[in-house]
Amino acid sequence: MQDFKTPLRKFIEDNFMMGSNGPVFTDADSFMERRIIDSTGFLELVLFLEETWGVTVDDDDMVPENLDSLDHLQSYLSRKLHP
Amino acid sequence: MLLHHDFERCVAEGPDTVAIVRGDERVTYAELAHRARILASALQRQGVQRGDRVALFLENSVEFVAGVVAILEIGAVFMPINPSTKDDKLAYMLDDARACALLTEDALVLAWRPAVAASPTVRTVIVAGDISAGARAGVDELPWPSEGDAAIRTPETIDQDLAAIIYTSGSTGFPKGVMLTHLNMVSAARSVSTYLGLRRHDVILCALPLSFDYGLYQVLMAFRVGARVVLERSFSFPVKVLEVMARERVTVFPGVPTMFSMLMALKNLDRFDLHALRMMTNTAAALSEEHIRQLRAIFPQATLFSMYGLTECKRVTYLPPDQLDLRPTSVGRGMPNEEVWLVDEEGRRLRNGSTGELVIRGSNVMRGYWEKPEETAKCLKPGPIAGEMVLYSGDLFRTDSEGWLYFVARRDDIIKSRGEKVSPREVENAIHALEGVYEVAVIGVPDDVLGQAVKAFVVLLPGVQRTERDVIRHCLARLENFMTPKYVEFVEELPKTGTGKIKKTGLV
Repeated sequence: MQDFKTPLRKFIEDNFMMGSNGPVFTDADSFMERRIIDSTGFLELVLFLEETWGVTVDDDDMVPENLDSLDHLQSYLSRKLHP
Repeated sequence: MLLHHDFERCVAEGPDTVAIVRGDERVTYAELAHRARILASALQRQGVQRGDRVALFLENSVEFVAGVVAILEIGAVFMPINPSTKDDKLAYMLDDARACALLTEDALVLAWRPAVAASPTVRTVIVAGDISAGARAGVDELPWPSEGDAAIRTPETIDQDLAAIIYTSGSTGFPKGVMLTHLNMVSAARSVSTYLGLRRHDVILCALPLSFDYGLYQVLMAFRVGARVVLERSFSFPVKVLEVMARERVTVFPGVPTMFSMLMALKNLDRFDLHALRMMTNTAAALSEEHIRQLRAIFPQATLFSMYGLTECKRVTYLPPDQLDLRPTSVGRGMPNEEVWLVDEEGRRLRNGSTGELVIRGSNVMRGYWEKPEETAKCLKPGPIAGEMVLYSGDLFRTDSEGWLYFVARRDDIIKSRGEKVSPREVENAIHALEGVYEVAVIGVPDDVLGQAVKAFVVLLPGVQRTERDVIRHCLARLENFMTPKYVEFVEELPKTGTGKIKKTGLV
């Protein structure tokens, strides 16, 4: 099974967080609840998904169940790329 | 007539009416009143007195609303603070206002605990959610009360007393506390809800932060008429918000241009049943003529209100919807119980068909900036009747021959991104704190979705290497998300004036 969580964690830590001051987050933590990513941040994340793995994120895909945690992102990308 | 009296009347007239919806939570007016009362009682037992400042540092939630009511009921002054605020700025505001208490949530502990530790005046923190370990001595961190004594002593508050202090960014790099009395806020809520025609059966979708007056007043105005507010934490997932709007049969949608842009970028909007939507409002930044046209085409059943205002007086003007075809880019010519006019450089009133600074006269005009008399004197000046003050907006408008107002420009250098004020100075100060930075200049650049995006030009010290991401991450740790630069450009030097000051004109 392809590992999306590792590159995604790195992307989030590099682009949204405060380096070593950033809160530790688990694979299951909600980015919204933990205030790690905000509204325009999700747009950036979507762009990253599209550019890195060539997926097209439809309007309907832009929901917390697909994007709001590493676990959700892993499931979402696995479904999109290996249906 | 105090700000919370309308709420109390709605509780008496319709106790079982749902007041607030947030996710799965549905809270009636009576339940909300009960929760507020218990909280008010707890605050009073902790020594909070009439006139004391109590900060609210929470996401959009039932707790936030209960907090506002509770603080008002004991005659204290509520200070709503954007939940994206980081510890330094939060500390500044708590200190500036000499706040005695903070209502917050555990999810924001990384910001509030250091800020409270640095505050000589905050003695009580009431926390929603399970409180993380690590409380420091000298401050009472109490769980949000769900049960308990609901008795309070009602203080002798009059409508001249402060109801709230709302902080707003300025050019100086430090936010200023806008002092609003009960009269200011009641007057504004009455005026706005009247011209909007809000009704008892309205259901208002509020995805705007309650810490922003535009969001806050959705609740205050709902409490005038007994309407319902559906709270959303953000507009991160527009599809989700639309589902909620359909499910709740939302009738009123207040937005800013960024939200409308995100909505209009969605395809197949007609799969959401939004037939109940009867009204949309826009303020904080201008909607383009093209966006107005598109919005009206997508939601033909809803009237659109284009409006303009500033925290210092809540709102200034709205365009009656029947004027949209005639003058789509106007923001109107005032609102009920208020007078507006334009002045020239010398403060002289101008005739219609001129361009000048907009001046506002009315009971909605603030008392001033908290303990900042010089800043206050720059914008509150004597009005036509002895002793009264009128508000100089700092914005340039032009009027047509019939007195309709069109926004021209700001006189200051404040950037508006996502409808939020961004002080270039505040951002520059934050970037200066990054090691290796020699000089910074921050400007706003046009952006399709954000309105303006924040761009920083940075000159590094010799031999220092930094990336765009280094600067942005550094800012994220210090500033609210909407203030953080979207673009960072490293340059060899910045253009200077003859006297050596950084010259921003010409930077793009």
